[in-house]
Amino acid sequence: MAATPDESRTGPPTPPDGGVFSAPTQVMDAGDVSRALRRMAHEITERNHGVERVVLVGLVTGGVVLAEELAARLAEIEPAAPPVGRLDVSFYRDDIALRRVMPHAVTDIPVELTGRVVVLVDDVLFTGRTVRAALDALNDHGRPKAVQLAVLVDRGHRELPIRPDFVGKNLPTSREEDVRAGLDGVQLRRRTTGVAGDRGAVTGSEAR
Amino acid sequence: MKHLLGVIGQPRAMLEELLQLSDSFAEVNARAIPKVPALRGRTVATLFFEDSTRTRLSFETAAKRLSADTLSFSVSSSSVKKGETLRDTALTLQAMRIDAIVVRHASSGAPWQLARWLDCSVINAGDGWHEHPTQALLDCYTLRRHFGSLDGLRIAIVGDIKHSRVARSDVWAFTALGAEVTLVAPRTLLPPSLEGWPVQVSEDLDRVLGSSDVVYLLRMQRERQHEALVPSLREYTARFGLTRDRAERLADRAVVLHPGPMNRGVEIAPEVADLDRCLVLDQVANGVTVRMAVLYKLLAGSAADPHDAVGDEAWGPIRSGGSDG
Repeated sequence: MAATPDESRTGPPTPPDGGVFSAPTQVMDAGDVSRALRRMAHEITERNHGVERVVLVGLVTGGVVLAEELAARLAEIEPAAPPVGRLDVSFYRDDIALRRVMPHAVTDIPVELTGRVVVLVDDVLFTGRTVRAALDALNDHGRPKAVQLAVLVDRGHRELPIRPDFVGKNLPTSREEDVRAGLDGVQLRRRTTGVAGDRGAVTGSEAR
Repeated sequence: MKHLLGVIGQPRAMLEELLQLSDSFAEVNARAIPKVPALRGRTVATLFFEDSTRTRLSFETAAKRLSADTLSFSVSSSSVKKGETLRDTALTLQAMRIDAIVVRHASSGAPWQLARWLDCSVINAGDGWHEHPTQALLDCYTLRRHFGSLDGLRIAIVGDIKHSRVARSDVWAFTALGAEVTLVAPRTLLPPSLEGWPVQVSEDLDRVLGSSDVVYLLRMQRERQHEALVPSLREYTARFGLTRDRAERLADRAVVLHPGPMNRGVEIAPEVADLDRCLVLDQVANGVTVRMAVLYKLLAGSAADPHDAVGDEAWGPIRSGGSDG
């Protein structure tokens, strides 16, 4: 198997061809993120007529703290916070044969999913391949009544017919850019040297 | 990491990585449908030149739960009977585009020789008196799940050390992970030299018993009886067997391990084998889990380890929990 430029979901790499990234620019600060999550919490409960049947499932690693934060926000506006789980989709990715994909955390689904509404939560929506893997993984844990998708940033460049239900911020990007999103803010950086890559297509990396 | 040949000399970090990876597969095994598509399209062959049921079944179960295809090759029904050499047998399997060969062989070192000949991954499932690395990993995983860590555990390995590949692999894995190992055996069942072994030795099980956190019993190999290494099995049981009387003198938190198959009434009393503190069935279950981790580690992808990825520090000063590294 030919070696491909390796890329970890958790650590944005230097460009595979040896180029460098520009200094990151701040797109959202912690306050912006907090306000976006508050709005998303309201949208989630509005769409589902409350959160009684809702389970939040954060995608490892970036979605986990966001799911916890959304649950905390929902607890402020609803009688009870929905349960929160986490899902590591490593074993379901479509690029396992191309690169070494190692799990970063143990999947933890705290409740029976059958009949529930699962809200998948991730930090950045990019190609859609992580979400596709997550849908496969959910299948092995039960049959939810519905699956919805909440992301802090939608950066475009979808390679699959997947769209988010709840979005913190739509952020138009080029493929040469990397996005990092968390509770403390959202940053964008651009490759300044080196040839344009198609890393999204090759690695299927969702977060970058 | 392409092959898993042995644990002797392996760094602690490598063992810990496999144990940590096993946690993810323990979660898979706990599901109603314990199967993931991770190794779809890969083929794993088991090539056993010695009898085994549990190790072979364990590897095949592990491969199937990862959605890999499995081929099973047993010597009794193969061309080896017609005089085919190990090399030709292995090259034949490789020509069928096998991704990994799990091999058990009576000759120490056979898996290393195969790894030199073949392009596919080789996993040692026991070679002679030498090594049995996945047994050591599953023993470590069982102890880690039970105690949280092996650091500082006092482990007594009791029985036929001399002919035991399990003991050799376990001694090195246990001590690499921070445990203290004492070998308990009559001198005739110890290797001729223990130079370089990080262990203590005792010929008196009763003195070691009360201070051990783990008593690891080895199978008393009946087929060795004709070598007259012990006067009789009854005498062995009297001095080195975990009898009911000895089991009562174990420390409160002590557990009993055994690689199987057990000789009830020889190295372990029948009623002791059924105690809660005897973790034999946990070992079997964990065997599937760690073998899934080994197969996944060897066969998933081909690129460098993602932990080598660099560039995180190139981000700005704000760090988030959202993309924790």
